[in-house]
Amino acid sequence: MAIFLNKDSKVIVQGMTGATGMKHTKLMLADGTNIVGGVNPRKAGTSVDVDGTEIPVFGTVAEAIEKTGANVSVLFVPPAFAKAAVVEAIDAEIPLAVVITEGIAVHDSAAFYAYAVEKGNKTRIIGPNCPGLITPGQSNAGIIPGDITKPGRIGLVSKSGTLTYQMMYELRDIGFSSAVGIGGDPVIGTTHIDALAAFEADPDTDLIVMIGEIGGDAEERAADFIKANVTKPVVGYVAGFTAPEGKTMGHAGAIVSGSSGTAAAKKEALEAAGVKVGKTPTETAKLAREILGG
Amino acid sequence: MDLFEYQARDLFAKHGVPVLAGEVIDTPEAAREITERLGGKSVVKAQVKVGGRGKAGGVKLAATPDEAVARSTDILGMDIKGHTVHKVMIAETAPEIVEEYYVSFLLDRTNRTFLSIASVEGGMEIEEVAATRPEAVAKTPIDANEGVTPEVARRIVEAAKFPAEVADKVADILVTLWKTFVAEDALLVEVNPLAKVASGDVIALDGKVSLDENAEFRQPSHEELQDKASANPLEAAAKEKGLNYVKLDGEVGIIGNGAGLVMSTLDVVAYAGEAHGGVKPANFLDIGGGASAAVMANGLEIILGDPDVKSVFVNVFGGITACDEVANGIVQALQLLKDRGEEVTKPLVVRLDGNNAELGRKILSDANHPLVQRVDTMDGAADKAAELAAAK
Repeated sequence: MAIFLNKDSKVIVQGMTGATGMKHTKLMLADGTNIVGGVNPRKAGTSVDVDGTEIPVFGTVAEAIEKTGANVSVLFVPPAFAKAAVVEAIDAEIPLAVVITEGIAVHDSAAFYAYAVEKGNKTRIIGPNCPGLITPGQSNAGIIPGDITKPGRIGLVSKSGTLTYQMMYELRDIGFSSAVGIGGDPVIGTTHIDALAAFEADPDTDLIVMIGEIGGDAEERAADFIKANVTKPVVGYVAGFTAPEGKTMGHAGAIVSGSSGTAAAKKEALEAAGVKVGKTPTETAKLAREILGG
Repeated sequence: MDLFEYQARDLFAKHGVPVLAGEVIDTPEAAREITERLGGKSVVKAQVKVGGRGKAGGVKLAATPDEAVARSTDILGMDIKGHTVHKVMIAETAPEIVEEYYVSFLLDRTNRTFLSIASVEGGMEIEEVAATRPEAVAKTPIDANEGVTPEVARRIVEAAKFPAEVADKVADILVTLWKTFVAEDALLVEVNPLAKVASGDVIALDGKVSLDENAEFRQPSHEELQDKASANPLEAAAKEKGLNYVKLDGEVGIIGNGAGLVMSTLDVVAYAGEAHGGVKPANFLDIGGGASAAVMANGLEIILGDPDVKSVFVNVFGGITACDEVANGIVQALQLLKDRGEEVTKPLVVRLDGNNAELGRKILSDANHPLVQRVDTMDGAADKAAELAAAK
């Protein structure tokens, strides 16, 4: 079953014809993703041959949906044009928009998030600044390598791309139902809580691994949510114990301000909610293994 | 990016928020001419990005131009909570202050929107007011698309219970301050105090602004606002090369791919260091996905140029990027540095995992560089790097 994405997902790519968009469209196709079109107003009506698969290019998201029944859009649109592209996806009421783009100004992401809410939350936004999500063996919407692991019964939600890959690799022999990279920006569309709720409801997920990092209070709120709503075992990892105050650690959202957003506070909150938290990614994987084995 | 007070003042002035005249200087003598122009008296204000400078003696009145020079001499070079004062602002003296208020707009991460905070009890830290008299602080969510219209401003003024005689003026300032917030792609604009003076006017006497670095693509003028003088030289050099680097105070240099993995690497090295005399990570450096040999060489160059670094840990998980490319990058980077005449003398521990890891490891083994050691697990490699740093 998996969450948010499965074999029936029909995926379009906004920004497909750019270099990054093309590279990852190829990789997504190779992972079995059903890519039904690209969007580029300047190349509408043409098609692109991607490793032997002919993919039509549409002028708008709405047209792509009308012609193909697409229900997922993956966005590789540069920061300056990302807001307009996401707003277009929301206007077309696509159920899922996966925003891979890194470096979007927060006034833009706050604006498109507010717009999605105003339009009745018909579009779930994942990201921005995220690796997307994968349901191994079924579909891949984003840039997560498809060959790290296989289908299985662990659900993964993470702010970080490479830590997602690392954790999938550590637990590759067990496999994953879905892995969702929610992104490291201060304003993101899908939160840890959204993914936790979906994994809790997913009959194909037995255990959830949750990866957080410094900045904001999303992990603390996720801990409250877990305590009240999650019956499945959750294993956690938090990155950034050694991060100094006031310095942005790579991700725009990864910053400790004063006493808020520290890794220690997040770990403590998760542990108080019954989540086993590992000190390193490897130890976290071991904790997951112990629970699944026992 | 947090701004200095004078930069905040300039941005407020640019967008029409009422402020007092003021100019920034870095030599005491320059205070004389400015003070003369301001009518013979001024306030000398230390420019530091930390609160509590008044209590620390960083704000002084000058009754004459000579006094302004003397006070500037006192304050320039002063240490305020670990921040050296490199600049002072020579500001117009405030007219008699009748009341002090607080207003700000900021990003509210928790609710994924913007927030207005307003209080008629300004002048001190708003956190203090919120802790002792929460009823005196009005928080109003702002819709990112609607923004602060005159109606929204009026609601904020009412919620914070501003006195009737300043309500219109404060509402106007809120609308203008919001324009500043949006036009400058700010994460925070704060006015504290917003003062009512004897004439009845309302003026922003001090302010804080923090800007979104992700918006630099459409804010070309923001580059000038960077505090290059007090930036760490290694951080400045890394920024020149487009590297995402933060200097820390340990001994193990770190290079990795992906912000989360690098943050995690710092932690794992710090844990491993506990068993090796407490060695710690020396930096954060994310070379990103698809890092080429040139990027790896630039990264290595920065890290090896840090005199605090005693060993280097290269921690890469090959996602889309194949590890053989990364391994080639490392080998070429070492050669590139040698060609540049900067031979590597510090030991490198390399951990490669993921896509094509076997091939990548073989490349490193075949290259057989005397200073490069391969350890194939993250925890094991961190331990080795910490051990090597401790042994030096």
